[in-house]
Amino acid sequence: MAFEYLEDDVTSDVSFRASAESLEQLFADAVDALTGAMVETLDGVRPRQRRAVAVEAAALDLLLLRLLEEVVFLKDSEGLLLRAESVAVEPGAGGAPARAHAVLAGERIDRARHEMLADVKAVTLHGLSVERRDGGWQARVTLDV
Amino acid sequence: MPPPPITKPVADAVWEIPANWQAGMRVPIRIFATRALLDEMDDQVFTQAANVARLPGIVGASMVMPDAHWGYGFPIGGVAAMDPDTGVISPGGIGFDINCGMRLVLTRLTLEEVAPRLHELVDALCERVPAGVGCEGFVSLGDSEFAEVLREGARWAVRRGYGSEEDLARTEEGGCFTGADPAAVSPRAVKRGHRQLGTLGSGNHYLEVQVARPEHVVDPTAAAALGIDRPNQVAIMFHCGSRGFGHQVASDSLQVFLDAMPRYGLEIVDRELACAPFRSPEGQRYFAAMKCAANMSFANRQVILHRIREVFGGVFRRDPADLGLRMIYDVAHNTAKLETHVVDGVARALLVHRKGATRALGPGAAELPPEYARLGQPVIIGGSMETGSYLLTGLAGSERTFGSTAHGSGRTMSRTRAKKLFHGRELQRSMAGRGIYVRTASYAGLAEEAGGAYKDIDAVVAATEHAGLSHRVVRFTPIGNVKG
Repeated sequence: MAFEYLEDDVTSDVSFRASAESLEQLFADAVDALTGAMVETLDGVRPRQRRAVAVEAAALDLLLLRLLEEVVFLKDSEGLLLRAESVAVEPGAGGAPARAHAVLAGERIDRARHEMLADVKAVTLHGLSVERRDGGWQARVTLDV
Repeated sequence: MPPPPITKPVADAVWEIPANWQAGMRVPIRIFATRALLDEMDDQVFTQAANVARLPGIVGASMVMPDAHWGYGFPIGGVAAMDPDTGVISPGGIGFDINCGMRLVLTRLTLEEVAPRLHELVDALCERVPAGVGCEGFVSLGDSEFAEVLREGARWAVRRGYGSEEDLARTEEGGCFTGADPAAVSPRAVKRGHRQLGTLGSGNHYLEVQVARPEHVVDPTAAAALGIDRPNQVAIMFHCGSRGFGHQVASDSLQVFLDAMPRYGLEIVDRELACAPFRSPEGQRYFAAMKCAANMSFANRQVILHRIREVFGGVFRRDPADLGLRMIYDVAHNTAKLETHVVDGVARALLVHRKGATRALGPGAAELPPEYARLGQPVIIGGSMETGSYLLTGLAGSERTFGSTAHGSGRTMSRTRAKKLFHGRELQRSMAGRGIYVRTASYAGLAEEAGGAYKDIDAVVAATEHAGLSHRVVRFTPIGNVKG
């Protein structure tokens, strides 16, 4: 699991840092960090339903925000807890927007099996970053809960 | 963290950081706090208040309430009034949970009558007022009726039989922001929110059964005028907002505003402080969408009140009206509103942003129902679930803050750290030992809300009184809590 929650970054909310060798893995880890802020045990989320999502944005940090916003949206609109089964990222070049396609897999919230944590209201722009670091990628995200 | 050395006292519990503190500040920062609360504020509060002071059209000062802490864009506990013709509207001055607010309901029951049935009562409230991640309400609405909720707010709920005209009269804005336009709202926002009416949510949202102990009645005359007239009288206080609908309205607007800012020549200092001229198409669209979210929240609290009345009627096997169950008031925390305030002796229309702040109109304000005209507006300030909460009234001095005061005790510790320090089940047992019966949707969430993670509520409300913003009437002690 290549993410960690940051203890003293924000007083009211949850922030995390994710690191990965590829952008695809980074985005998948960030989806896990988001869902992991809402449910105690990620491994308890079974891949019973799938949703394909496609997002685009002018920059990579906003692209990650868009993807995470899809996970928040599906949590409220369909009651789904989701992890990323596959992610493809086109970084965008020459004025073209960056794009991400992901297949999200998970299941409806079941209080009997899922120990729930905080409800994520929004993915914020506070300190949001996606950058190259040490030959890989690192992201920092703050969630409003 | 001490404030910048340039900070100077200007009145009792009022401090000022002059506009020359940082480049680009158009107005000073004014902080309403005791010395101790000022010294405890995280330094981000001052930086964020300075960013707010740079916003075009800001009038008077960038205000900071005594419970302030770091927020997105504005600090939580930030108040700013803009000239509507030359100024901006900023979602960061309102918050993601639009019209998150407090409602206080009084019963005629006493602790002695409630105590034998407290567990039954709290269990029933927990079942009937859903809380936690992914919770769904009992009212399921199609798109056209949901649009009525967005236009009418609590008025929709009363029309559907979930409450009374008195409830509306005792709600800020009568429970409905006029000018809400469902066409300004994205379909995604509707999809997130349409099954969430009647739900608490999670985080710092809660529903509490509380007692006004005789030794905690600070102003017996005002308390009696508000209906608190017997020892150990029981009340219900709850805190919730516009749920996923309002969160999506806020998220949608940030991107629109960030794209629009360069076109209006607005510099982006902090992306969470995105804004647009109030009179621009983007500004007006967001204002109309924000009002929809505010109305969703008023309707949500009205529907929850209906459920509370049903639960009390069922548990005590009496008509809810016989049990009292009258609303004292409903206040909004996270809004922007066009209001009239006197600035330098002249009455002006201003767009007042309140982010984690409560309106606190003084006696005689035209917006108040007749029964509160002499008292001033009831103000409800919630403390942590372990400590207590206050009912206050607005004072004439709140004109200095565009009619605003504090909203809560304010966090001092991150959720991640609180979870390491406190344990949900242990906390539940320890609170039970102190006479507080807690039901929670999440034990981790319970640990995050431990009293030790918050500022001292007594100090916060005392500071609002020293500063002449609001006057303490009663301190309520929790005995039962449904934690979101």
